[in-house]
Amino acid sequence: MRVLRLVGVAWWLQLKIRSRSAFDGLLSLLYPAFFATTIFMMFRQGDAAGPALLSAAVGSSAMGIWSAVSTTAAFALQTERRQGTLELLVLAPQPFALLLVPLTLSMATIGAYSMAATLLWGRLAFGIEIAIADPLIFVLSVVVTVFAIAMLGMLIAISSIRYRAAWALGSAIEMPVWLICGFLVALSDLPAWVRPLSSVLAPTWGVAAMRAAATGQSPWADLGWCLLTAAGYGLIATLVSRWMVHSARSHATLALS
Amino acid sequence: MTNLRIFFVGGLTSYRALFGWLSPWILIPTFLFTPLFQILLFVYIGRTAGVSDDRFFLIGNAVVNAAVPCLFAMGNTIGGERNAGTLPLLIASPASRVPLFLGRALPVILNGFLVAVFALVTGSLLLRVDIPPATWGGIAVAIAACSVSCTGLGLLGAAIALRVRETAVLSNIVLGILIVFAGVNVPIGAMPGWMQGVAEWLPMTHGIEATHDLAAGHRLGEVGGALLTELALGAFYALLGLGLLRWLEWESRAKATLDTA
Repeated sequence: MRVLRLVGVAWWLQLKIRSRSAFDGLLSLLYPAFFATTIFMMFRQGDAAGPALLSAAVGSSAMGIWSAVSTTAAFALQTERRQGTLELLVLAPQPFALLLVPLTLSMATIGAYSMAATLLWGRLAFGIEIAIADPLIFVLSVVVTVFAIAMLGMLIAISSIRYRAAWALGSAIEMPVWLICGFLVALSDLPAWVRPLSSVLAPTWGVAAMRAAATGQSPWADLGWCLLTAAGYGLIATLVSRWMVHSARSHATLALS
Repeated sequence: MTNLRIFFVGGLTSYRALFGWLSPWILIPTFLFTPLFQILLFVYIGRTAGVSDDRFFLIGNAVVNAAVPCLFAMGNTIGGERNAGTLPLLIASPASRVPLFLGRALPVILNGFLVAVFALVTGSLLLRVDIPPATWGGIAVAIAACSVSCTGLGLLGAAIALRVRETAVLSNIVLGILIVFAGVNVPIGAMPGWMQGVAEWLPMTHGIEATHDLAAGHRLGEVGGALLTELALGAFYALLGLGLLRWLEWESRAKATLDTA
């Protein structure tokens, strides 16, 4: 119960902090919308209609969730360091990895706004019929995907704690994940060697579940894999963070690396 | 003589400072890795959507990546000074603003050119897209024109940075506008009329179109008009940027808002 309260309160606080800058908020809506607009125009140009266009709309709208997390999560601990709050996080009487969950969850939540905005944009500007076969399960798939992407963000945040230019790493992995997780391109169209990599990335399963729920297929297997990979990230992040914090304490390098 | 010194030495010093910040840890993911993945992403989306050929997406996405250093580095000429606490010194200096900022633009133009050429060459090898060797000279000229015009737009962004703190956000928005409107992934002719009207006034549009024509076998002279338009747009935005910089600098002094933007 205390853990849930911690995550809930910190998530709300982080969400409010992230919503302070109107300029940043505008970017989190506009940047994925630029890509979605281009993609809608490409599919229109290719005379796509019906399920193909719906699938493109779902995939391109989900891109915003990942966009909101990739760069910001990679830079999250550098930001805490600059603000002088990293030490406080490390000293808190809770596992360090757990304290990062609300941080990246708030980023993914902002990505969910952009997902809704992109779907609305597709409907209003491009006349894409957003006929979701199973709206409740679709929303559940979005929630699970947001959570899974937040967990991946947490792993990235912890892994990049010693990398000063972490934002560049986060920015560089934005498009590869869009590509290899099948946001818009079927995994079967990618080279065979990419697929094992796709299968360990939670967004692959999350987007597949959303697409399945939208088109009336069963999303449960994809949702199960999505949660399983997210749990895997949580476990790895916990182990890595313990090692990182121990190393930073013993070498006294927390604020320096 | 002083102006020439400010132009060359000042520009180079500023660029080296920028590269102190742009360590290989930033340079490689941002300038080499991301452009290639942008090309691959849109090539695969193009195949899925059943439109155009790989060469179209390769050229559009490789050339538009020249805008990344041109927009972000120019925006950072003001934003970086503010972060380093040296903006008041820069503004207080008696140096003429034209050589001061144009000198900073010169290395950035070269940077943008090299990023786009790397993306185009590596992308064509990865995707096995055949671009005839005889066309590469003309394509290089077209990419250089795009880098110049985008740096002009970047100078406008640098001026706005006197009022806006989030220069990277601003540059991202401008880059997004270029990706949508400049014919990067959708041919200008396939866009609605109002979008074509906007595209006409953007850097990159004419340069990308010229690059497509050159890769298809047109001669440099045949695309000369498009390249001149591209350069004229760059000059227009650069002049606008210098004018805005002058006005905002005056306003910052008058209202004492230089470091509070």
